[in-house]
Amino acid sequence: MKNDAVATPSVMRRWRLPPVAVAILGGVLVGGAILVLTGADPFATYRAMIAGALWPANLPDTLNWAVPVIGMTLVAALPLRAGLLNLGGDGQMIIGAMVAALVPLYCPGPAVVVVPLTMLLAMTASGLYAMLAAWGEISRGIPMLISSLLLGYPAAGLTSYLVTFPLRDTSTGLAQTRMIPPGMRLPVLAGPLNIGVLLIALVAVIAIYVDRQTVAGYEVRMRGLNARFAAYGGIDLDRQAYRIMFASGAIAGLVGTIIVLGSYFRFINYALLAQGYGPTGFMAALLSGGELVGAVIAGLFFAALQIGGVAMQRETEVPRVLTMVLQAMIILFLALRTGLRKTAP
Amino acid sequence: MSGFFNPFLIQSAIQAMTPILLAALAGVLCARVGIFNMALEGQMLIGCFFAVVGSYFSGSALGGVGAAMLATTLFTLPLAFGATKLRGDAVPICIAMNLLASGLTSYLLPVIFGVSGTFSDPRVVALGKIRPLWLHQIPVLGTLVWGQTAVTYLSWGLVAVVAFLLFRMPVGLRLRGVGEQPDAAETLGISVHRYRIATVLLSSTLLGLSGAQLSLGTVSVFSENMSSGRGWIALVAVMLGRTHPAYAGLACVLFGFADAVSLRLQAKGLPNQLTDIAPYVVTLVALAISYQKRPRRKGDTAIDLAASTAADDILLETTTDTRL
Repeated sequence: MKNDAVATPSVMRRWRLPPVAVAILGGVLVGGAILVLTGADPFATYRAMIAGALWPANLPDTLNWAVPVIGMTLVAALPLRAGLLNLGGDGQMIIGAMVAALVPLYCPGPAVVVVPLTMLLAMTASGLYAMLAAWGEISRGIPMLISSLLLGYPAAGLTSYLVTFPLRDTSTGLAQTRMIPPGMRLPVLAGPLNIGVLLIALVAVIAIYVDRQTVAGYEVRMRGLNARFAAYGGIDLDRQAYRIMFASGAIAGLVGTIIVLGSYFRFINYALLAQGYGPTGFMAALLSGGELVGAVIAGLFFAALQIGGVAMQRETEVPRVLTMVLQAMIILFLALRTGLRKTAP
Repeated sequence: MSGFFNPFLIQSAIQAMTPILLAALAGVLCARVGIFNMALEGQMLIGCFFAVVGSYFSGSALGGVGAAMLATTLFTLPLAFGATKLRGDAVPICIAMNLLASGLTSYLLPVIFGVSGTFSDPRVVALGKIRPLWLHQIPVLGTLVWGQTAVTYLSWGLVAVVAFLLFRMPVGLRLRGVGEQPDAAETLGISVHRYRIATVLLSSTLLGLSGAQLSLGTVSVFSENMSSGRGWIALVAVMLGRTHPAYAGLACVLFGFADAVSLRLQAKGLPNQLTDIAPYVVTLVALAISYQKRPRRKGDTAIDLAASTAADDILLETTTDTRL
């Protein structure tokens, strides 16, 4: 029997589900209204979306899409658990992706050594970049949600510059790095799935274990509940913030690595940012309120929504960015709804 | 480097500054009533899009500005009521609003205009440049500030208006009271909610102007996510200016120049990927220099407090959940 009721998932989910369900319903209704207003058939559109997400043949695609989404959900959820906001997940991800695209090209050696080294370096680079935002808050007092977000722009510009000029693969007309040799790519499991799905699952399990079973995880939760009390209890808040941000950034770096070594096999300018993994992950983390099991489920849900959106666009010609609208509406409803609950205790 | 600092640099700085300045003024007003408005970015983007929509369908720039102001006001309703009457948390509301703006404009762009990515059309009327002769005849200054849009000149006037309203008018005293001591304000019979709702909604019209200036001010075009961080830079201007309209305006001048210099460097042959990040780097450096160690203790601004307690509030939801 665990002594901390805070992390007990059954208790949590029992009280959490209704507002989330209401929020999803609200998002779906407003999305339907938008569809009607723009001259589309909401029923046909949603049917195409649900069929696309749940059609058995699409499940591997959904799972494959869920890998970066769940990864980025954890990137947002870990700091959120401690009361910190990391809005710069995308920036950290592309830093890692850039490192991951370069190490196999310029560091020869057997794949058994180079691939893990690539991951390690990419995660370290992203983790350090994320720590920069923590440094801003701790030593300069810049709110982290601002600094982490703003740091995303230099990361995007810098990687874009590198891939357009010095590191460009001149044999193609596009701004991308040279192709990573086949031996360095992540092993394929089945269909679109590569070993990345196992890596993210492992990270999720570790994160949940640390959160629930270790002192460090308890301290993170305690900080989230009351930072001042946590400090009073002897936790070095600054040190902890650095660690959390490093872990968060490192996961973002791993996501970047998995995409580069598993799907693109190179760094393609803006390709990673265009998918909206970071914002989606952040919204999934908000949907779960930072609770990690819920975050993974929310990530899966949003990934299914987006795969459904792809099918929807193919079937009905409704732009798939509608799924982004739905996600944002769900979060908006949740934020308003949790507010309502507070007025009537 | 000769001729680097020429009138064109200043004019392009002014052009770059206007959307940020208007957004910053809105941010100042919201911060003064105790609402941490992180949705400036999304509001601006909605303004950009509906300015183009309004201009296209009405055939006049004024129609575009009106549509933008109306659209941003409607778009801001969730923040205005959510963060007040419904007692929601402004931070997740704002985050959702930013993503909603991005998604909604990207969704409506192909639905309304049948294109994706970027839309430009001769029927989108741009904001006219005002070129009064008397202004041009003022030596030096005349050449520098001549030939901007009406929105730009209006934005300078609005700095004074906002400052006057906040610090010289009874309503400004009440607004600041609502932000600094809501309980005390309530005791004096001032409806905190009503003042906050009105301020958030009125300030959102400034973002309509800001967006209209961005999409109709120089070239009449809308492209996806064209606000590209300007709302966040405006928020930083609010923070750097310690929620004072004039100081926030000064911070905007700095960012305007950073933008103009980056454009200029690009013209000199530097790759745009590098020059594009100049405003953000300047923003971050300005923050790092100006924000000395741990300013958020006593006597700090509402915005700092809001930012530092923002995440706590999200977490509080978790707490109340489990203790029910």
